[in-house]
Amino acid sequence: MKLNFEVDGDEFILAGEASSQVKKILKQLGVSSEIIRRIAIAMYEAEINMVIHANGGKIEVEITPKKVYIVLKDTGPGIPDIDLAMQEGYSTASEEVRELGFGAGMGLPNMKKYSDDLKITSEVGKGTTVEITVYI
Amino acid sequence: MCKHLHSVTLQEDKCRGCTDCIKRCPTEAIRVRNGKAKIINERCIDCGMCIKVCKNHAKKAVTDTLDSLSEYKYKVAMPAPTLYAQFKNILDVNVILTGLKKLGFDEIFEVARGAEIVTEASKKMIKNSSLKKPIISSVCPVIVRLIQIRFPELIDNILPIMSPMEVAARIVKTNLINKGFKKEDIGIFFISPCAAKATNAKNPIGFEKSFVDKVISIRDVYMKLIPIIKKIDKVQEIRQSTRKGIGWAMSGGEGEVLGIDNYIAVDGIENVNRILEQVENGKLEDVEFIEGLACDGGCLGGPLTVENSFVAKNHLKKVLNYSMNQAKNIEEENFNIEGNLTWNKEVMYKPVMTLDEDMEKAIKKMEELERIYEKLPHIDCGSCGTPNCRALAEDIVRNNANIEDCIFMLRQKVRKMAEDMVCLSQKLPPAIGREKM
Repeated sequence: MKLNFEVDGDEFILAGEASSQVKKILKQLGVSSEIIRRIAIAMYEAEINMVIHANGGKIEVEITPKKVYIVLKDTGPGIPDIDLAMQEGYSTASEEVRELGFGAGMGLPNMKKYSDDLKITSEVGKGTTVEITVYI
Repeated sequence: MCKHLHSVTLQEDKCRGCTDCIKRCPTEAIRVRNGKAKIINERCIDCGMCIKVCKNHAKKAVTDTLDSLSEYKYKVAMPAPTLYAQFKNILDVNVILTGLKKLGFDEIFEVARGAEIVTEASKKMIKNSSLKKPIISSVCPVIVRLIQIRFPELIDNILPIMSPMEVAARIVKTNLINKGFKKEDIGIFFISPCAAKATNAKNPIGFEKSFVDKVISIRDVYMKLIPIIKKIDKVQEIRQSTRKGIGWAMSGGEGEVLGIDNYIAVDGIENVNRILEQVENGKLEDVEFIEGLACDGGCLGGPLTVENSFVAKNHLKKVLNYSMNQAKNIEEENFNIEGNLTWNKEVMYKPVMTLDEDMEKAIKKMEELERIYEKLPHIDCGSCGTPNCRALAEDIVRNNANIEDCIFMLRQKVRKMAEDMVCLSQKLPPAIGREKM
């Protein structure tokens, strides 16, 4: 099954609604709690990033009995150096965002840690696409 | 023992079929069917929210009555500290405890004492354990049941220790049996602020059988105590508890005495839900301890109490400031407790929200659910008897409801039928009068 979400960009205190919704659906599908936890954390981080850096975007979630595949697409500023961004602690988040407890530079490392497969494609000035796969 | 035993029940004759309770139930466990609320037993966590919001008083908690005192030869009252906050003009806890004795109890053992013992045991357990952080308090049974249903991945965060009520009951009963009393002659009566603790006495979480024999609501005891207290001529020195234990009745009371600075005390089930969501998202791993209490203000806001929780809090503080010095220190005493304070039965996930055991079928049902949900008006009016449009879609997929249960969908259908009727009415057969084209 497929689920689609539009993520609003300017209300990042409300961000995380899509991952919350996905979490609820996965529970109703009977997915094990450990898998749900991994999906929830990876997707939440990606969703938050989308709000903080790219003014929102679109999320598509595909669920089959074998895997959960999440595509997050934005038309934000893009990531100039993905390898650098993958490093723990590296962050380009604004002071305002950090004061709210976000942007600690753990977003991408956490996505990597909790997903089975993580693919990031990005073009500066055009946007970023994050693909997260977790096998069930 | 029954798998889904509850103390929250409906008095059908009083229910008018409004939607107040279905909308406030944290586990979406109530539906209105045939004009009456129906509780879905496996989803109910006995929080008592429906008892609090029902304006017709149709929801109640089944507790034992004071008549059951006659079933035992030796009767012990175990008042929850919340009881001390119910009597606006009484600052001396001994007055209330003396009143309980006059009511027919042979002995009093305060649950606040149990709380003091649990405090010490919890400290050790937290220090030596490899529990997942943040550790979540198990004192509120509603929160433990909520985790079992909605946050299965947080089961390993729960502090697996017996409640103050249970510990108190075990101490009293073990001591009495050691003194030569027959087990069946002893009646342990817990005086409870809530329904969930009543459920826990009959159907405990974390261990097999509770030592509590009967649970009486604070409300029932209050009504009986008022006239008795007025007539007390000599107040007995019964109280042994200190502010450490009594404080557990308030939100933050447990966290404070555990000596952990880095804790969150959250009360009110909706707030607890939000905090647990954050834990689930891995956002609170830097917090050491979470004390979550389902009722507003903690146990003082329990559905079986008399006084408003904010007034009760104000009063309990006065009680705490009134001569709390003569009590014994908990470390100086040796308590005889049967068994260990640690839970010995695994807390299981209750997948009551799952659409189907077979995931492939569950996905099919979920797709259908999403399709139905799209058609619904999304205003969550509750007229269909389910708490919101999504829950209706879920009920339809589970074959427990029809799409016409939605008044908007029904109206649409009726309108379409009416239009079709008008259309048809204009179409007369040629033999009756219509000219041949």
